[in-house]
Amino acid sequence: MSIRTEPVTINLGPQHPSTHGVFRLRVTFDGETVVDVDPVFGYMHRGTEKLAETRSYVQIVTLTDRLDWVSSMSNNLAYVRAVEALCEIEVPQRAQFLRVIAAELQRIASHLMATGFLVNDMGAFATPLMYCFRERERILDLFEILCGARITLSYMRPGGVFQDAPKAFWDNLDALMKEMPIYIDELESLVTTNEIVLARSKNVGVLTAEQSINGSLSGPMLRASSVDWDIRKSNPYEIYDKLNFEVPIGKNGDVFDRYLVRIKEMRESLKIIGQCVDMISEGPVRADVPYNIRPPAGDIYSSIEAPKGELGFYLVSDQSISPYRCKIRSPSFMNLSLLREMLVGWKMSDLIVILGSVDFVMGEVDR
Amino acid sequence: MYGLGLLKGLIVTMKNLISPGRMFTIHQYPDRKISPLGLSKLEGKNVISWGINNPVKFLKSLLGLISVPDKIAQSPRFRGQEFTWYEQRCTGCASCAKYCPLGIIKIVTSPSGKAVPEGQKYAIDVFDIDIGRCMFCGLCVEACPYDALHMGSGFEEGTYQRKDLVINVDRLKSAPKKPSTWFRPQLEELGYDPDSGDEITWDQIGRHERPSLSDQEDKWVKR
Amino acid sequence: MMCEQAEGLVNFCRIYKIYEFILPSWLSSFTYFFSAITLALTVINILIISTALYTWFERRTLARFQSRLGPNRWGPFGILQPIADVIKAITKEDTVPESADKVVFNMAPILLIITTLLVIIVIPLGPNSFMGSLNIGIIFIIGITSMNTISIFMGGWASRNKYAMFGAMRSVAMLITYEIPMGIAIVGILLLSNSLALSDIVLSQTIPFFIIQPIGFFVFFAASIAEISRTPFDQIEAESELGSGFHTEYSGIKFAIITLAEFMAPIISAIVITTLYLGGFKGPSILPAEFWFSIKVFGVIFFMLWIRATWPRLRIDQIMNFAWKPLFGLGLFNLFSIAIEVFVFQDKVTGFISTSHYWIMAGINWVFAILLFFGITQIIGNKNKEKIKHSYKTNMIS
Ligand code: SF4
Ligand code: SF4
Repeated sequence: MSIRTEPVTINLGPQHPSTHGVFRLRVTFDGETVVDVDPVFGYMHRGTEKLAETRSYVQIVTLTDRLDWVSSMSNNLAYVRAVEALCEIEVPQRAQFLRVIAAELQRIASHLMATGFLVNDMGAFATPLMYCFRERERILDLFEILCGARITLSYMRPGGVFQDAPKAFWDNLDALMKEMPIYIDELESLVTTNEIVLARSKNVGVLTAEQSINGSLSGPMLRASSVDWDIRKSNPYEIYDKLNFEVPIGKNGDVFDRYLVRIKEMRESLKIIGQCVDMISEGPVRADVPYNIRPPAGDIYSSIEAPKGELGFYLVSDQSISPYRCKIRSPSFMNLSLLREMLVGWKMSDLIVILGSVDFVMGEVDR
Repeated sequence: MYGLGLLKGLIVTMKNLISPGRMFTIHQYPDRKISPLGLSKLEGKNVISWGINNPVKFLKSLLGLISVPDKIAQSPRFRGQEFTWYEQRCTGCASCAKYCPLGIIKIVTSPSGKAVPEGQKYAIDVFDIDIGRCMFCGLCVEACPYDALHMGSGFEEGTYQRKDLVINVDRLKSAPKKPSTWFRPQLEELGYDPDSGDEITWDQIGRHERPSLSDQEDKWVKR
Repeated sequence: MMCEQAEGLVNFCRIYKIYEFILPSWLSSFTYFFSAITLALTVINILIISTALYTWFERRTLARFQSRLGPNRWGPFGILQPIADVIKAITKEDTVPESADKVVFNMAPILLIITTLLVIIVIPLGPNSFMGSLNIGIIFIIGITSMNTISIFMGGWASRNKYAMFGAMRSVAMLITYEIPMGIAIVGILLLSNSLALSDIVLSQTIPFFIIQPIGFFVFFAASIAEISRTPFDQIEAESELGSGFHTEYSGIKFAIITLAEFMAPIISAIVITTLYLGGFKGPSILPAEFWFSIKVFGVIFFMLWIRATWPRLRIDQIMNFAWKPLFGLGLFNLFSIAIEVFVFQDKVTGFISTSHYWIMAGINWVFAILLFFGITQIIGNKNKEKIKHSYKTNMIS
């Protein structure tokens, strides 16, 4: 005997505790099972790309802070690299090291937040989230020492960073480097082996390697599907070619692998920072770049490995003080492109967890 | 073994519950509740002798009724809301207004009629910074060629109305001069920390570089 | 009215005697009424106040588990926080959705709190402290707790909100399912104690029953956590999925009542667990029995809190699986083994079992429990290794 059921359509969001911002998902459920999803974007559209056309090249740095606000440093880095490539600016060595340290710290902070919210979406009553935030708070403290702000950092400038790191930064960084592995271990023993977490995340929301390449995913999402692709390795920028680190790869491409890849990446980031601290040498931190840059006419696409994936800037210059066009390739937006493939057929609780594992930030999706 | 992970998790949370060394995610601002132990330490005495001498205070703090002001350590580079501006240094060039991405600085000048030492040719009539729209990026500070404008170090600018958020020239003049060391290496070299509460006068914050004429030519003219 | 045992803190006869003494003669026909009202008011208010304290305790402890501070401003250590919460809740606007079924919508919170409160009637708080010593006490508890489901479903259905309906449907599926292992676990106790009255069950626990039947205790504990829908079985509310489940649409005083019932549920369920498995009010006689009772209840509550602070929640189908496969099986196994042991060890004349026999039973059951635990965990562990994609992945609309 089969009972006649009727699909129910629910608006998940734009105000919902687990959509990580103003993201709306029109979901059709059959009982508890998802039969169709229809994402609606644009609630947070602020016109960043258009605003960039009326700002000077330095001023756009402040706009990039607000793309993915949990990884401002990486956004800064991606943007200033594009400008430098456009104007062919040589960046001093020390500035490059500082930028890499900052970007890797930001990667840890971003992954901590992703992990915390993922486990929170599974229903842990905020405990792992709070532990993650406690650690993230320390990184934000470091950023405050470094550049005077905690979230919207605007630390980098075309041609380097705006100012050298003070002494207090190095001391605090050393302390953090010593304690961070302990905290990550603690987090892992709370989450990684937890059977409920395993039951909720293993084999859930699987994406095959082929699917994720075709969906142009990037970052931990792609690497969890056992694709070895990391721009830091495949197209080394800054000083990454001098550093020795591994790129963690997942096996199945499920939620658990995405979580595990992030955890491992945090450990690798710590390794990178350690090497940078050893290798960094004295020197200027900002190339001699005028405040108002007028790049030669032309266009450039330059991308980096941001915490969430490939973050690229496409700049077109018409020799004026502001770009003619600034296109942002944001990883969060691209990573959401396979929503239907991931979600359809799973239960409502899985939907929330899978959304959490994508780790998107609406500021970057809608731009 | 199955089920071991659940137990491990329980142990981790218990460890965080009982071990006092665990850092809190929360800072209590502006004041925090204090225990007898902390209070006696604050007064530099042993808990027991202090408790015997001040039984009322001891009991009150034991009940959690005493709170002491608390301040989180703040980096000297902290970009705060209260801008610090030195009228003696400002020439009214409006570079800051020009470089602000949001265009929220409004400057109106008029000839001062004074003799003209450097920078005194114009009187600043209006200098409005609408911090209701400011994002504290600090580009205005970076742009100021005469080190007249600095980020402030405070962050308590809450008001009831948006129009009160506009910092005008009188407020800038009378505000305590506690500049943040953000983008001011010369202040960092002085070892200045606005968090300590010291003020710093206009003649102490000299420029960090004074390029020679040929340098300037290299930098600006030949390009 | 027979009133010999007038001891115990909360005892009807005691209050009756006091009223008999103080009431003037023209009111004497109301003595029964007055003493009943007094007793009810006392117990209900104690329960409500302890719930208020419990909300504070839960928030503080959870906060400490999460290395936060929790409410600490209002009064010493923030202990007056519940008062602030209540004032806030009752001064908020009480909204009813336009398309809601108003009568049912308004009735649901009241029913919920009544059913939660009613359980306390039959619980013996001390040797002679109880509101009413019902000789079918345990059946009364099972019956009353099932009523919860109805009120939750009423609330969820009547609010005409899809999230609320999701929560309500989940609650119906889940709570009814978990009643079965719960009932089976309780039968194990009845076999040992030879009585349905709770005071007899407590008195027959010469050693606490959780030592004698660990499996039964585990089944009952898991089932009662599910019944009150706490982590890891809190799919009914599931903050991260449904907002707040069946009470999404409630606000103001109705929300306060629902929250009261919700926070009272762990206390009630801890009380029942204490009574059935932890020897109720028994303890060294230096301190009053009520004290031992509250200590045990406190311990159970703390353990529930600890679990809540640590574990994530299971998916709804996993919850159902857990009830029907391991819990149901374990419950049956427990019942079966207890029945055989009781048959072997029971005194054929009086029907009671001596303490030394209790210890033998406990030994046998613990061996079973450990063997079963290792066996099951091994099986589940191996199965999980090989598990491929779930079979329910369908693609209905393409
Ligand atoms: S801090 Fe930034 S936004 Fe604020 S006034 Fe200065 S330039 Fe403008
Ligand atoms: S503050 Fe600086 S940039 Fe602004 S008008 Fe004065 S001197 Fe010029």
